[in-house]
Amino acid sequence: MDFGNFLIMRQEVGLMLIFLIMLVLDIFASEKSCIRKYFQPVACILFLVHTVFGFLFPSEGTAFGGLYVTSSLTTWMKHILDLGVLFMFLQSGSWLHSTDALKRRAGEFYVISLATLLGMYIMVSAGNLMMLYIGIETASLPMAILAAYNKYQHKSAEAGAKYIMLTSFSSGIMLFGISFLYAAAGTLYYGDINLTDGNFFTITGLVFFLSGLGFKISLVPFHLWTADVYEGAPTSITAFLSVASKAAACFALIFALYQAFGSLVTAWKPVLWWLIVITITLGNIFALRQKDIKRFFAFSSISQAGYIMLGVISGTSQGMTAVVYYLLVYLFANMAAFGIISAVENKTGRTDFGVYNGLGKTSPVLAFVMMLAVFSLAGIPPLGGFFSKFFLFAAAAQQGEYLLVFIALLNTVISLYYYLLVVRAMYIRPAEENAEKVNADTYNKISLLVCTVALIAVGIASFIYTNIDALSFGIR
Amino acid sequence: MEKLLDFFNININFDVIPMEWYLVVSTMMFFVGIVGFIIRKNLLAVLISVELVLNAAELNFAVFNRYLYPGALEGMFFSLFGIAIAAAETAVAIAIIINVYRNMNNIDTDSVEQLKH
Repeated sequence: MDFGNFLIMRQEVGLMLIFLIMLVLDIFASEKSCIRKYFQPVACILFLVHTVFGFLFPSEGTAFGGLYVTSSLTTWMKHILDLGVLFMFLQSGSWLHSTDALKRRAGEFYVISLATLLGMYIMVSAGNLMMLYIGIETASLPMAILAAYNKYQHKSAEAGAKYIMLTSFSSGIMLFGISFLYAAAGTLYYGDINLTDGNFFTITGLVFFLSGLGFKISLVPFHLWTADVYEGAPTSITAFLSVASKAAACFALIFALYQAFGSLVTAWKPVLWWLIVITITLGNIFALRQKDIKRFFAFSSISQAGYIMLGVISGTSQGMTAVVYYLLVYLFANMAAFGIISAVENKTGRTDFGVYNGLGKTSPVLAFVMMLAVFSLAGIPPLGGFFSKFFLFAAAAQQGEYLLVFIALLNTVISLYYYLLVVRAMYIRPAEENAEKVNADTYNKISLLVCTVALIAVGIASFIYTNIDALSFGIR
Repeated sequence: MEKLLDFFNININFDVIPMEWYLVVSTMMFFVGIVGFIIRKNLLAVLISVELVLNAAELNFAVFNRYLYPGALEGMFFSLFGIAIAAAETAVAIAIIINVYRNMNNIDTDSVEQLKH
């Protein structure tokens, strides 16, 4: 056996190490020992070390006969996922200390989230449809546990049940699709799949495969779980679900479509075209009528997923760059917004829009960060969100998708309206009676600070875009 | 049996069962699973329907491997991994269903409907 393979997948091995350390800590720290207080800093520091280590020593190559592929680009993608987990760890502290039942199980939370991240790594690095399937399942099973993490809450239990049932159903359909693709191609390796004619097996398989990944990204006909799970799950988990889970599925989709099914581009392009149009439009229309801020961000994230697919449909290296860059900016914006939502929820126990009335008066800093995040999601110029949207639209327009870009632009205007509803509630509406100042805890403040700086800096620092651009590739 | 087959004028070489027969079985399992997922009102029954869908896909892999690409074992391995993953999925799903039962005292899909609109 060649152990050099494990050296190539050292990011996964490092993650497994942290996973084991946290697991052992959780098992051996007794109920009252002082170690229990330090789970959060330990997890954050270990994870930061892992992220920095992966950044300094990126690995390139294939392992296990092409099952596992890593390159500088996948390392970039994994760092984006890393950031999502890091922000979740930073923001979850005060939630995990809110009740005794949660305090007792604090260690579990870190272990399960790291298991989810491992699955996402495998999804991104998969060079084979079987590895992709294993990665998707490794990511989504712990995610269901996380969604049901507030055991004694009706809503959380319901969210977990809905997520596990729908996710296994969708992956069952996807598996059926992969079996047809296997029948047509005779192999499961991305590089060897060379399908050119659109026969029954190919087309059915491709449609089922797309619907399985579309479920994870929450594209519209497969989006029905999104709002319910986002509302019921604990807020930090919702943030993770809306950012890392979506990002990993987008990366996996773009690799599968470009590398394995690049020769079938005429078959999947029209499907994706219609998916984008209904995703953006329906996501926006449903976001307009939401009364709960977590459901609101669920529908906003659905429409954002539609924008991301604009990069995928272009089929060029420019499109791939735009997708990675967009997800980076989207991560900072969404994490900032959810950091504030969880701070407000910890203070008041509520997630409806009413709590945000007059937030600009009672806690001006948080309201300002929320405003920046929302403006970035809407795409207002000085922030990163404007540049990332611009690159996506440019990538699609360069391939002649003018009608699609026009529809997306119209939807940006609609989205601006409902994003401004949040700003109006915070700055123009009068505060509720006995509304108090909301304070984020120290860790949450760090995450909000990093997000705010990044939102402004990522758009201006052009080397990030050029760096990703040098690594991307289009359909071969 | 043979008289029955003669009566319907069906000629079958029982040494080689054609691939399509397996595909008919797996497709039926798949659609029974989908219909069950939609119409059953008990979370456990819904889980069983999901398992039917997964098993249909795994049967497909084994059959395609055996009949179309007997030179390699990719499909067989995929079915093995699929079975293992389906088991893990069932474990997690049942744990979550127990949690639902503790919160709501039954496992009807109708009771899991607080989150909507």
